[in-house]
Amino acid sequence: MSILDFIILLPLAAALAIGAGLPARRTALAAAGLNLLLGLIALARFGNHDPSSGPAFAASRTVSRNPEIAWAVGLDGMSLVLLLLTVLVTFAALWQAGTPKDNVRLFYISLLLISAGSLGAFLTTDLFFLYAFHELALIPTFLLIGIFGKGDRRAAAWKITIYLAAGSLVLLAGLLLLVLALVQDGALTFDLAALAERAAAQPIGDSSQSLIYLLLLIGFGTLVALFPLHSWAAPAYAAAPTPAVMLHAGVLKKFGLYGLLRLSPLLPAGAERWLTLLLVLLLGNILFVGLVTLTQKRLDSMLAHSSVMHMGYIFLGIAAFQADHTLGAAGAVLLMFAHGLSIALLFALAGRLEEKLGSLDMTKLGGLAKITPRFAFLFGLAAFASIGLPGFANFTGEILVFLGGFQSLEPGAPLGGLQIATILAVWGVVISAVYMLRAYRAIFLGELTESNVTASLTDLTLSQKLPAGLLVAGLLVTGIYPWFLQRFLEF
Amino acid sequence: MEPAWFLLLLPLLAAAVIILFTRKWKTLSSAISVGAAAVAFLISLGLLGRNDEQVLAFRWMEIGDLRIDIGILLDGLSRSMMFTVTTVGLIIHIYSLGYMRNDEGKSRYFAGLSLFMFSMTGIVLAENFIMMFIFWELVGVSSYVLIGHWFTRNPPVEAAKKAFITNRIGDFGFLVGILLIWSLTGSLAFSGIQEGLPAAAAYPSALAIAVLCLFCGAVGKSAQLPLHVWLPDAMEGPTPVSALIHAATMVAAGVYMLARIGFLLAAAAPSAVLIAWIGGLTALFAAVVATQQDDIKRILAYSTLSQLGYMIMAAGLLATQAAMFHLFTHAFFKALLFLGAGAVIHACHHEQNIWKMGGLRKNMPLTFATFAIGTAALVAVPYVTSGFFSKEYILDAAWSQNGNLFWIAAIVAFLTPFYMIRLLLVAFFGRARSRHVEQAREVPLVMGVPLLLLAVPSIAIAWFSGLIEWIQIPHPEHHATHPIVLTVSILALLGGGGLAILFYRERASEPFRAAPVADKFYFDELYDGLVRYIQGGLASLSAFLDRSVIDGIAVKGIGRIAAGTGYLLRLIQVGNIQAYAFLFGMGVILTIFLLLAL
Repeated sequence: MSILDFIILLPLAAALAIGAGLPARRTALAAAGLNLLLGLIALARFGNHDPSSGPAFAASRTVSRNPEIAWAVGLDGMSLVLLLLTVLVTFAALWQAGTPKDNVRLFYISLLLISAGSLGAFLTTDLFFLYAFHELALIPTFLLIGIFGKGDRRAAAWKITIYLAAGSLVLLAGLLLLVLALVQDGALTFDLAALAERAAAQPIGDSSQSLIYLLLLIGFGTLVALFPLHSWAAPAYAAAPTPAVMLHAGVLKKFGLYGLLRLSPLLPAGAERWLTLLLVLLLGNILFVGLVTLTQKRLDSMLAHSSVMHMGYIFLGIAAFQADHTLGAAGAVLLMFAHGLSIALLFALAGRLEEKLGSLDMTKLGGLAKITPRFAFLFGLAAFASIGLPGFANFTGEILVFLGGFQSLEPGAPLGGLQIATILAVWGVVISAVYMLRAYRAIFLGELTESNVTASLTDLTLSQKLPAGLLVAGLLVTGIYPWFLQRFLEF
Repeated sequence: MEPAWFLLLLPLLAAAVIILFTRKWKTLSSAISVGAAAVAFLISLGLLGRNDEQVLAFRWMEIGDLRIDIGILLDGLSRSMMFTVTTVGLIIHIYSLGYMRNDEGKSRYFAGLSLFMFSMTGIVLAENFIMMFIFWELVGVSSYVLIGHWFTRNPPVEAAKKAFITNRIGDFGFLVGILLIWSLTGSLAFSGIQEGLPAAAAYPSALAIAVLCLFCGAVGKSAQLPLHVWLPDAMEGPTPVSALIHAATMVAAGVYMLARIGFLLAAAAPSAVLIAWIGGLTALFAAVVATQQDDIKRILAYSTLSQLGYMIMAAGLLATQAAMFHLFTHAFFKALLFLGAGAVIHACHHEQNIWKMGGLRKNMPLTFATFAIGTAALVAVPYVTSGFFSKEYILDAAWSQNGNLFWIAAIVAFLTPFYMIRLLLVAFFGRARSRHVEQAREVPLVMGVPLLLLAVPSIAIAWFSGLIEWIQIPHPEHHATHPIVLTVSILALLGGGGLAILFYRERASEPFRAAPVADKFYFDELYDGLVRYIQGGLASLSAFLDRSVIDGIAVKGIGRIAAGTGYLLRLIQVGNIQAYAFLFGMGVILTIFLLLAL
């Protein structure tokens, strides 16, 4: 068994153990802590691995011969980065998780299942399990919102379920067509490497590629809130309990981006055919949703919209990659990591604020930095990280994405759609500065408003700072010395 | 490790130690910060006196054949700029010990100063555009922190936000320019760009656009028209911050960047002309506005805008040496003026309106004497002040290249003594016009000595050409100013100064008020309107479309599909999310099962 099997099975085992009666919070935290350790070990040992010999820590157990399906795991640079993201955010989210009044077991089991499903999806090298693991993670997300959510939780849960279920079905259709299009000598395979080999040796016909790619784009796109399929995100994130939104916005949502990066090289003609569409849609995320973000009055809703907006930058990296600009892919992966950590941190802090104040209406807050300086400082770090300030991982990812947009451009050549989209996307950096600084100003700076509202607020204790500190550390290390992760991202 | 690395890392270390460990011990925090600034000053002294070019590199990223370094480029330009930054920086650190002595957030303040020193050092030492951009943005954030230091009051907080966002607008252009230059020359490092320039010169219009985009960065950071609006507001920060960041160093970063890419400006002549014009117009605009301001710091802020305009104009005229020489002399005398203003504000219980001051020269002789020296340097009193030599250098460059710009610069040279003599007469002469001012006391030594230290170079520096050569500031030792230039500038000084004496001697209130000038030609109102109606309108429209069209249609559409199949609808009618989730999971498993059975 590979270390990766352990990493996937550990949260599943912990979920089972909680179901069987072990104390929920302690068991979950122990599993998450151990997984964090295993993730770091994998990172340390990955450096010795020769990437030309295929994925590291590969292991495979055949489930079915034809179609060829295997419980297969393996680690390359991209999945390594997402593995680290998942174990970091899982630990922080579980640490952050409070104890709901009822159904404590269900609560922690659901969180662990999201983590396990995400890990499985990122670590498997088999398309069948890639899809199945994602579904495994998705269902508990719906449960968490519907049962443990707040506000208009039923409607939000209903909406996210409909949207993501529909997206998953479109995705399933696309994946099935992809597998069927790559039949060789009557043999179906779900092995990703084999599929890639077949696609390279005997490319799928252009019109089939076009159809399959479009299905994948819609399917994966829905899961990532690609414009205009994004309207599930804001109500769901506003309603979800904090650890659930940390795991979904931070980790699980990256699945769609990951899938597109993995599979679009199999469909070069399809990707080229729909490049302009992708560019227009991602600009919808950055500019349109960016503008919508400006109008938000509640912090959670603002963060949810900003998260949707930032997906546009990752899509831009993917679009650059599909135009053969490898910097874009590296940037996209680093940005997934960075966005995952920073949005989880922001939602964690927002969750704590709501717990204490009962409201996230920014028009009614103000001056909190005076009474909670440490909290304000951490939130400030997270806010500046999310708007791509250098020194944080987000900047590293963004700058690579932007460079990807202009990579290998002939000197003096007229700018193409990709370059124009990149320039417009750079403008989004101004928009995000506006809404983030406005929010920070409204909540933390200026004069204290209504002392009765803020009376119950106390500053963070050490134990509350720990998970936040972990996420900040991840952002800073990758921002200041990106090479330690980026060197694994050769495409 | 090379000492230059310490130059960069020490202030960062100081900031980190203060934030993480010594927040509670304010005196210790300030000592750490001042100590780091002192060591940085010594290191930058040690770097002087060498003329070779040295590159130190640390791999930050490497993908394929693209390598991005955190790299240090030591040449005459960066060594002399480091000297300016660390000298003024150290003096202002010391002054802050007095000015911020009883401040509640003293630790935070000194952490901010150290963070600023780190960021500024990074810009100066940068060997490539990505590194310069990184520190460019970090300077922006340290400026945000320091402007908004008194964060419980609304005006500083708004000013900090405005400064950051306005700078980001400039940085948008800067980043696009970096991308364009990269695609044109195939390099992000300054040396590589220079190598790739001959090939890129085959596309003059693309090059010109790229250079203009890069210039946007300087427009933001050096507060040129039309992105100048943040700098006067930035005066809401503590006065030492205004002196260091918003007068002497950070705002000069735009000029420094243009000097760094002087070879690009030379290769893109049309852009250079436009840059010179923007500089000249900013100089004129700001000098006009300065004549009608009443807040002592705002007058100095507009004066800074105006002098930066001079420098940008010189850079655009490809007189890089003149621009850098003026940057150097200006850093000292403008820091001096701001610290003098800080002394006045400190002594007058935070009174900033010059019309409520008056007669300060009696109670504050040291402050008055040094402020007068700073004023003399700014208005360019011939032959005895540093400002004279650097300004002549710029005027001469304009004379030889662009007649229109020369006359604009000459009008500025007339307006500068006008508004400075006005300030001096109203604040320091006549009778005290409020009780606080009557009781004003001279500042303590820790603030007085920095004033003296800055006053010395404001007068003397230009006399010691050996010293200047050692610092490697380009200077006009063998430079013969055209006699017409000399005559015009002396006439401008006498005319502007004389007129101010005529109007403002023994005045207790403004004798004439030109509303558009006093209101800064309504730029703030215009931009507020743009933000409120254009950006706000677009945002509201987007939000409306998002709610009604995108969400509405999608939900209805899915509902209709569901109704059509009858399958999803039944699920919805169950109304129980758990039941639905269970059914959905079963559905997935069923699908997979069917798939397997194929």
